Amino acid sequence: MIEVTGISKSYGSKTGVKALTFSVGSGEILGLLGPNGAGKSTTLRMLTGYLTPSSGTIRIDGIDLWENPAAVRARLGYLPDRPPLYREMTVQAYVDFAAALRGVSAAVRRQRVGEVLEATGLKEVAGRLLGNLSRGFQQRAGLAQAIVHDPAVLVLDEPTTGLDPIQVSEIRALIQRLGRERTVILSSHILPEVQLLCQRVLVMDRGRVLAEDRPDRLSQRFQDSRRYRVQVFGDLEQAAVIARGVPGVTRAEVAGARLEIDSASDMDIRPDLFYRLAGARLPLLELTPVALSLEDVFLRLITDEHAAGGGVA
Amino acid sequence: MSKLWSLTRRELGAYFLSPSAYIVLALFLLISGYFFSTYVIAVRQADMRPVLSEVAVLFLFLLPALTSRLWAEERKQGTDELLMTAPLSTAQIVVAKYLAALLLFSAYLAVTLLYPVMLAVWGPLDWAAVLTGYLGLLLFGGAALAVGLYASSLTDSQMLAAISAFAMLLGFWISAWAGGALPPGWAPVLTYLSFTTHYQDFSKGLLDTSHGLYFLTLIAGFLFLTARRLESTRTR
Repeated sequence: MIEVTGISKSYGSKTGVKALTFSVGSGEILGLLGPNGAGKSTTLRMLTGYLTPSSGTIRIDGIDLWENPAAVRARLGYLPDRPPLYREMTVQAYVDFAAALRGVSAAVRRQRVGEVLEATGLKEVAGRLLGNLSRGFQQRAGLAQAIVHDPAVLVLDEPTTGLDPIQVSEIRALIQRLGRERTVILSSHILPEVQLLCQRVLVMDRGRVLAEDRPDRLSQRFQDSRRYRVQVFGDLEQAAVIARGVPGVTRAEVAGARLEIDSASDMDIRPDLFYRLAGARLPLLELTPVALSLEDVFLRLITDEHAAGGGVA
Repeated sequence: MSKLWSLTRRELGAYFLSPSAYIVLALFLLISGYFFSTYVIAVRQADMRPVLSEVAVLFLFLLPALTSRLWAEERKQGTDELLMTAPLSTAQIVVAKYLAALLLFSAYLAVTLLYPVMLAVWGPLDWAAVLTGYLGLLLFGGAALAVGLYASSLTDSQMLAAISAFAMLLGFWISAWAGGALPPGWAPVLTYLSFTTHYQDFSKGLLDTSHGLYFLTLIAGFLFLTARRLESTRTR
């Protein structure tokens, strides 16, 4: 559905995105994961034609974006990171305008706008001004304008940022529903969100793709070494020395009131650690596996990449 | 085409959702009414020509208030992302916006037709001169709106857009004056570029296609520049 070949974008001497190549299949939900400034928004903006790549090609539904921008854009729905709302318009008028702008005929529009307001839960605020709505409703209005012309491809830039937890889960549910019959590409800096929504993830940093995989496999990769947080009854320093003696432990440090222990992936250090601590009369009070944070993930990916000589797909 | 028109319609609607359109209309009618009544009371003749010339000066600072919002506000609110990713060409976006400003301006101008109608009731009026005068105002105003739209595309601040539009319009207005201070050869160019050179004949009741062509070229030129400017933000 979407084929991106070697797109780059540079701002003056600064490169925003470097030779990015990926594709998204029909009906797939692809996530772009990365910290701020990774080039996610730039990539999405190039997909929608808001920015023109410095080089490379983008084809959507087999149509080249550069050769026939209007045809491509008619197939796209786009929610920028800041919803593009006319604050002085009512929700109803705005969604109707968005539909008209995409060439939805007046005959179909009334019904279509009604359906979309229903689907995005905006029915109750249809007559209110966009500028007076809560952030959550504004985000939904942004989604409503993106789907009102029933596009085959949906491009969502950080669709859940700035929302409270209830709004986040509502928007996620909405995206999941929309994704059933559409190709969706979304960006996020939240790992669990991407894992929840996407069938495939591109991890980006500084304009490049660091990793591309299914979310479950990606997390396996990140769990190839394990970190535990350990609390013992007794002297932590002594416990750290004992832990370092356990086969498979790569690091054991005191961190606050607990021990932080890293281990190699292929060994389960827990039974051995338990018996040794018990033997030293330092009873184990707590042993918690620590999931790698996104920062750790990036750190790891970047370190891996340096180890591999800097070559990146 | 219907997409273009829907954008024009939204733009027209937006004028009346903010106070700017009302303020500009009020000022326009107030000041032009003042020009009209003081002139008519002073000379007691059914003659619109001097009034129309004075009204043109009003446009220099009133029309930038109509155009400053057009693109600066889109950029500021982030709604330019909606328009620039819609299945419209950049040229269509520019024309739609320009059309909205032009329609509003024409409506304002049409209201002032009340003055010549009032004059015609009380005395013999040279309608031909009035109509060419209005045509001149329409062309001059149209050019001022195109300049203003271009100024609006340069910044995301309405204030800056209005000020730079005013500066550009003033430049076009007074450029003929600089002729005498510059080496010979410059004077004809600056005189040709000046609004006043081409506007005067219309208000005198003379129709000259070369003057019409001047304003139409200016309009087309600034709309082209605006489209180029919007397009360049894609590759920035």
